[in-house]
Amino acid sequence: MIIANNINKNFGKLKVLDNVSITCNKGECIALIGPNGSGKTTFIKSILGMVVCDSGFITFNGKNILHNWQYRSDIGYMPQIGRYPDNMSIGQLLRMMKDIRKEKNTGLDEELIKKFGLDLILDKRMRTLSGGTRQKVSASLAFLFNPAVLILDEPTAGLDPVAAEILKEKITAEKAKGKLVLITSHVLSELDDLVTQVIYMQEGKLVFQKTIKELRVDTGQEKLSKAIATVMLRK
Amino acid sequence: MKKILKYVIIDILRNRIVLAYTVFLLALSLSIFNLEDSSAKGILSLLNIVLIIVPMVSILFAAIYVYNSAEFLELLVSQPLKRKTIWLSMFAGLSFSLVLSFLIGIGIPVLLYEFSATGITLIVSGLLLTVIFVALAMLAAVRIRDKARGIGAVILLWLYFSILFDGIVLFILFQFADYPMEKAMVGITALNPIGLSRILVLLKMDVSAMMGYTGAVFKDFFGTATGIITSLLVLSLWILLPAWLSVRKFNNKDL
Repeated sequence: MIIANNINKNFGKLKVLDNVSITCNKGECIALIGPNGSGKTTFIKSILGMVVCDSGFITFNGKNILHNWQYRSDIGYMPQIGRYPDNMSIGQLLRMMKDIRKEKNTGLDEELIKKFGLDLILDKRMRTLSGGTRQKVSASLAFLFNPAVLILDEPTAGLDPVAAEILKEKITAEKAKGKLVLITSHVLSELDDLVTQVIYMQEGKLVFQKTIKELRVDTGQEKLSKAIATVMLRK
Repeated sequence: MKKILKYVIIDILRNRIVLAYTVFLLALSLSIFNLEDSSAKGILSLLNIVLIIVPMVSILFAAIYVYNSAEFLELLVSQPLKRKTIWLSMFAGLSFSLVLSFLIGIGIPVLLYEFSATGITLIVSGLLLTVIFVALAMLAAVRIRDKARGIGAVILLWLYFSILFDGIVLFILFQFADYPMEKAMVGITALNPIGLSRILVLLKMDVSAMMGYTGAVFKDFFGTATGIITSLLVLSLWILLPAWLSVRKFNNKDL
């Protein structure tokens, strides 16, 4: 579904993505793992077209994404740090997003809005929200339009355990519907029963892309966190 | 395009600054017309204010607004929208609100007190200056990532067009006083939209008789229909060029 081919990206002299090639297929739940500053977020942003890569190309459903924009209606994106217009209320923001994306109405999915209790605080301004509530808004927006691909950048960072559990259940449910889910996270223990594939990046380079089974056989570890630790020590 | 434009305009109108700007312009033009004994003199006083304040407010407000909308732009770029649409909606929204302020603040009083060719030229050039300086602000804001540096650059741009440019032209004129510079001066005015607007309005006022031989050459060129059309084209170019460059830059910007 998403194919990245030899992507390179430099920020000034810093090489953030170095010849990264990745293939993501439908129905997979892929964990993007790597130390801080390994280029995970930049890679995600280049899939979304928010970062324009210097060389290489990315295709979405067989179409090059460069200067294309329609494909983004199939993506739900939850950013690492949700930044929203300060003087808008939650209700206004939701209404605006629905208005903007309404052209392809495949049925709205407002489950998260209700479960997070956002429908009770619709008139709160974005400026006054705590980091966790912002994350809840980001998550609700990502799932709202029932997209075929979900890209979640550190989805549970800043969420309380109850909200994190709700979100995890939601991700599992969407995965079961055959959607492609791409997650980055540092809390490996919560990815254990979720992911089917692991992409490991370091200093902008793709180290490996393996299914979780292969990784378990390779490292002899059952737990994802232990397996990744083994890999990191080996390097 | 229409949808984003709607949200940009709602957001700007919610911002009190544009309202304050309108009231300020209105108070200013009404008091000038009531203080001066002839409304033609009033136009002359108003001209100097329009040429200084309108570009300054337009460029500063637009630049600050674009920087403060970084979150909004980031949110929109990750959605199924064309980048060009997002950027042009921003441009259109800013231009529309500031043009509206100008029309209410300066346009209506001028039409009431001095409904003449001079008055209309003043309004048209004020409108064009508003849009030109919004376009320049957008260009500066998309090229410079840092907010403080961007706003500094925008202030310098305004200073350059309203003060420094005239100084440079005077310097050149004195240096080349022995040569016939009058024709070349017509070309040089095209490089500064504020200067061009000033000449357009002044020539409509018949004070050009006091501007010496250069004034006569100006009158010869800008007084004719071709001259006026050329200067309007040049002013539109001052809108299109920065707008086009900023769209091109925004299309490839990393957010």
